[in-house]
Amino acid sequence: MTQILDLQPGTATMHIAMLVVGGRFASAEGANLAPNGSEWRQIVKKHCLSALLSVALIQSSASRLTSAQTVEGEKLPPTAKLQVEFRRDIEPLLKEKCQSCHGAEQQLSGFRLDSRSAVLSGGNSGVVVKPGNSQGSRLIHLVAGLNKELRMPMTGDPLTAEQVGLLRAWIDQGVLWQDESSKPPSPMLSSKSKHWAFAPPQRPKQPKVKNTTWVRNPIDSFVLARLEKEGITPSAEADRETLIRRLSLDLTGLPPSPDQVAEFLADKRPDAYERLVDQSLSSPHYGEKWARPWLDLARYADSDGYEEDRIRPHAWRWRHWVIEALNRNMPFDQFTTEQLAGDLLPNATLEQRVATGFHRNTLTNREGGVNREEFRTEQVIDRTATTGSVWLGLTLGCARCHDHKYDPVSQKEFYQMAAFFNTAREIDLEAPLPAERGPFLQRQPEYEKKRATLLEEFKVAELQVDWEKKLRAAAAHPGVDLGSDYQLNLVQVKTDTGEEILMLPPEKRTAKQKKILTDQFIRTGGFKELNTRLNALAEEYPALTEAPAIAENPRPPKTHILIRGNFLTPGIEVEPDTPAVLPRLRSDSPPSRLTLARWLVSRDNPLTARVTMNRAWQEFFGRGFVDTPQDFGLRSSPPTHPELLDWLAVEFMSSGWNVKAMHKRIVESATYRQASNTRKDLESKDPDNKLLARQTRLRLPAELVRDVALATSGLLNPVIGGKSIRPPQPAGVVGKWKESEGAERYRRGLYILFQRRYPYPELVTFDAPDSLNSCPRRDRSTTPLQALTLLNDPVFFEASQALAVRLLQEKAGGEEERIEHAYRLCLGRAPRPEEKERMVQYLRQRKELLARKPESVEKVFPAKALDGVDPAEAALWIGVSRVLLNLEEFITRG
Amino acid sequence: MDFRKFHRIQTRRSFLDQCAGGLGTIALWHLMEGEGRTAAAGESLPDINPLKPKAGHFTPKAKNVIFLFMEGAPSQLDLFDPKPGLGKYDGQSLPSSMTKDLKLAFIKPDAKVWASPRVFTKHGQCGMEFSDYLPYTADCADDICMIRSMVTDQFNHHPGQLMMTSGTNLLGRPSLGAWVTYGLGSESKNLPGFVALTSGAGSPGAGSGNWSSGFLPSVYQGVPFRNSGDPVLHLSNLSGIDVEDQRMTLDAIRDLNQQNFVRAGDIEIASRIASYELAFRMQSAGPELLDFSKETPATLELYGINNEVTRPFATNCLLARRMIERGVRFIQIMHPTWDDHSDLNKKLKKNCDITDRPTAALLKDLKQRGLLDSTLLVWGSEFGRTPLIQTLGIAGESWGRDHHPNAFTMWMAGGGIKPGQVVGKTDDLGFNVVEDRVHVHDLHATILHCLGLEHKRLTYRHMGRDFRLTDVEGQVVSKLLA
Repeated sequence: MTQILDLQPGTATMHIAMLVVGGRFASAEGANLAPNGSEWRQIVKKHCLSALLSVALIQSSASRLTSAQTVEGEKLPPTAKLQVEFRRDIEPLLKEKCQSCHGAEQQLSGFRLDSRSAVLSGGNSGVVVKPGNSQGSRLIHLVAGLNKELRMPMTGDPLTAEQVGLLRAWIDQGVLWQDESSKPPSPMLSSKSKHWAFAPPQRPKQPKVKNTTWVRNPIDSFVLARLEKEGITPSAEADRETLIRRLSLDLTGLPPSPDQVAEFLADKRPDAYERLVDQSLSSPHYGEKWARPWLDLARYADSDGYEEDRIRPHAWRWRHWVIEALNRNMPFDQFTTEQLAGDLLPNATLEQRVATGFHRNTLTNREGGVNREEFRTEQVIDRTATTGSVWLGLTLGCARCHDHKYDPVSQKEFYQMAAFFNTAREIDLEAPLPAERGPFLQRQPEYEKKRATLLEEFKVAELQVDWEKKLRAAAAHPGVDLGSDYQLNLVQVKTDTGEEILMLPPEKRTAKQKKILTDQFIRTGGFKELNTRLNALAEEYPALTEAPAIAENPRPPKTHILIRGNFLTPGIEVEPDTPAVLPRLRSDSPPSRLTLARWLVSRDNPLTARVTMNRAWQEFFGRGFVDTPQDFGLRSSPPTHPELLDWLAVEFMSSGWNVKAMHKRIVESATYRQASNTRKDLESKDPDNKLLARQTRLRLPAELVRDVALATSGLLNPVIGGKSIRPPQPAGVVGKWKESEGAERYRRGLYILFQRRYPYPELVTFDAPDSLNSCPRRDRSTTPLQALTLLNDPVFFEASQALAVRLLQEKAGGEEERIEHAYRLCLGRAPRPEEKERMVQYLRQRKELLARKPESVEKVFPAKALDGVDPAEAALWIGVSRVLLNLEEFITRG
Repeated sequence: MDFRKFHRIQTRRSFLDQCAGGLGTIALWHLMEGEGRTAAAGESLPDINPLKPKAGHFTPKAKNVIFLFMEGAPSQLDLFDPKPGLGKYDGQSLPSSMTKDLKLAFIKPDAKVWASPRVFTKHGQCGMEFSDYLPYTADCADDICMIRSMVTDQFNHHPGQLMMTSGTNLLGRPSLGAWVTYGLGSESKNLPGFVALTSGAGSPGAGSGNWSSGFLPSVYQGVPFRNSGDPVLHLSNLSGIDVEDQRMTLDAIRDLNQQNFVRAGDIEIASRIASYELAFRMQSAGPELLDFSKETPATLELYGINNEVTRPFATNCLLARRMIERGVRFIQIMHPTWDDHSDLNKKLKKNCDITDRPTAALLKDLKQRGLLDSTLLVWGSEFGRTPLIQTLGIAGESWGRDHHPNAFTMWMAGGGIKPGQVVGKTDDLGFNVVEDRVHVHDLHATILHCLGLEHKRLTYRHMGRDFRLTDVEGQVVSKLLA
């Protein structure tokens, strides 16, 4: 006490600090020894006579008092018995203890404590301060440590009992604030950012270059200007064989035939290359090639994922839509609105609703016992994060549990974005392809009749009445009949709408609804035989193709912030809106998915066009200007050619989002046409080829590795679109795999049925994504498993066999001529002398080997009825084919 | 691990520099200049093994891991954690005060209690208790560190297994084995660094998600060894193609690739050449690995290879030891399924009969060969089972137990682990942990620690942030450590 009495103006802080270090105010219980908050202030007032000093004292005490004096236990510290003065008693405390996390700089949990209105409006979990009721105010509970797992402040010393008492008094007295009107809070952090990607792209001026003859179109000016600045010359144009193979693989995903190559080599017109570009862009295989990266982004697969991983027999219908849309060169803005909100377009067509299948590629967990709501929430979150990544190039998903650590996206804004998707529900549409409905309608009555007879035979209807009764009872009174509880859970998780149908009176159910519920009953009701017979029956009759789609939920759920991203801890309700750092949503349209989609492709959205062009560039050059294609935020890698990226983005929008026109511009540039050979002078200057002084050689993606093998050998079935296929794969990889028959098994890799739990091995081996999350860029690994696949996978061996036969049938001439033909088929060029020499040597060795081991001939070429093909010759050339199909160049775009 | 450095390693060009200490690149440039000879039999090839061993964060105790994953949740109450306290309530519902926060997959908290019918006895110097279903494992008590206080967040199989193998309930994250091979590479030149072996009935709930590389490069993915056909897909030569033929073809492929490399200069071509040579080595290493003919009869007997019942699991255990000898970093043995919702007595015994002897044999065999000190053995599952009865509502079926995430048992042995002790305690009924709670994240942190990896520093940049196995959680459990 004596020290306090000794206080002199100007030294108060120091003395108090000493006193605290001395440990005199050791505990709140020692009130008889230490003054409580109000007594204390009276002492100070009495002796220091200075309001300023008292502020200093309280600040000091707040920071220095030891935690031993803090509140323990369940009871709240008492309210301070004094008239609170905001400036003196509260503001310093808020500044010291709260505002570094809940102030102008950041607003953790969406809460800020730097204005009265902000305090009263609360945070992500709702109201925090109830004026007049400190006991019921969450703020007090948190600072007093009532919740042992979460105590505020999270860092630094806890508040003392006195400080809590002061806050209580402040709240009880009405949360008074000084100068409330004169000091509006500074805007939320998220609305301001100087990051380049948040400013709309402007069309940059084409830079001046010295070597103007090299420039074929504006793209080249940007690239060359940079190269000239670095003193680097671009590479020469690639030879014509390389150009046509590159172009063909990039635009159609298939190698050029020897005839196409010959034609191009012979075409001496100055625009021969441009003609080739137009030809490739109008090929129906263009849609197949360019669908694949889009499927990667959409995490497309043919099964549910998770434990049951049920096959989605109609998932392909959306893929079919994508291929057609790309082939028709649907403008990217329309491509966007139809996939995100086709159902909401005025007079939506069936195809526009089919387009919404984009967001049906999320995973579904049908494991018995899971909570459907948990995984529905996961789907909504996935749809939100995927939309953010695919269109905006933002890692919105990071803001699921807390405000984004780097980008100006708050947790609240994440859930505002999620609100657009939360009101959508999953539906399956009847979506027959042309010529499907006729045969279906014709045979349907017969099928229905047979089905009805079967159901009758097993007395399904009668038994189902009883089952339904029990399930409805279980829904009303869980815990009484455990068997029915279990059955009800199965209805919930194994069907999407089963529970809803169950609650409808039978006379109000549609035929389709009735079938869904009856099928579920049959699956779980012990009708093994009936189930088998029904499945067999269904196989015999044509079915209508369906399409997984989304539509607005007639009873839309509210969207809440989920505290720590957990569906069990909802916070405050939020309305759909876009992040404040980006342009506002149109205020004259309802905040719907459609408005969101249109906002994404509006002229003033700074991101969508850039992100899309960056990805296109990545397809043609192996890497985009921004090396993090899914992240254009503050932690993204800076663009290598920011002006070119902006030029492409503006050009893209100005062209009416014309995708093929942009692809044409890129592939017609001199930049694209450069040779890909490495250059010693670039080794140290630009080892990663960021400056684009040459093209880059790229290993083909998994599907194309298959496609080139099939195309070269002549096995490829070029039918476009339609159902997924099941080509042969080793036994034991997946349980059920009914191999496709006939020509179906030779369709392109993008049609291979992708089962999430048991993906087709060749695809996995060559880095196809797992389809669990949106994939903006694939790996390009080089592994021994890839070598084993190309060497020993029967699918590739079959291609070698077919290629050998093709060689023997198409070229009856001598060895060298045949080798040449083989090179033209596989690599689109003639062999170089040293290559031919090595191949001849191999042929000689192999001939000798087969002579020594004649028994192997029959094994590598089982006698088949093939006109004019000698098995020994075939066995010999199968070797040559295998060598070619295993060359690095064969699976590489040069 | 520094992300940027890693990214450079992944960029093939620098990748060769890193892996071959620059030597390979020099040799290849030499070739390109046209000054060198045409390389013979790969002698000038760089070592492109992407799993080349790397140093961890500090000196490790263990080098390799064998994770025996008993998928489906074996009942800890009938194997490891005796609860005489249950006897009092046997056949009755618990007072609701004791079950108010209970959340179960299929049964309601008012289900009846089932005291384990098993007999527990103490084993070894340490007196560790095991039930009569695990006589062989019990015999290793003094080498085992039992954790009775495991806790997870998930109570369904698929999310639960992902939690145990990758630290989250969501698909698409790297598994423990992938993180370890990412952090340490592998000593094996001819075999994958991370192998998954499966046996048992059915397939693991989370399938390949349990050995996924997630967003890590795919070279870190677990390679599933198959039980029939080739252990690694396409490892055998095709019918009619023998080693001589294969080698002759590979020589032609190599020479032609090399000619193209001289012309185009792309280091990718050199990587491709080396990958073919590695594939060829794997083709001979695979059969050698699978060939048990040089194992002594005593060893085969120890594992139970010659016994119908134990053979499949014993084969995987013996394979695991042979892989350890050949430098494989992480071996995950999956054995589904222990999901005994009904008929527990019968089904649990069956799985114990299959796995107990080979498991103990693996431990003993590693020990007698001096490999246990450098190998970390982990035995466990995604969660445990309830003290309550589940009948699934099907009359006539005998009792089972439901899923229970709040308390279950795992055990560890070998490198870095303190043997002969029981860590953690559950309450009298086995519902909750009352002492030394070990969350899955803590277990992961501890496993990484034994391997010389600091779980907070083993990160990978993905979608704009640094991910790690333990997310934002996890503490090394020092009580488990030697």
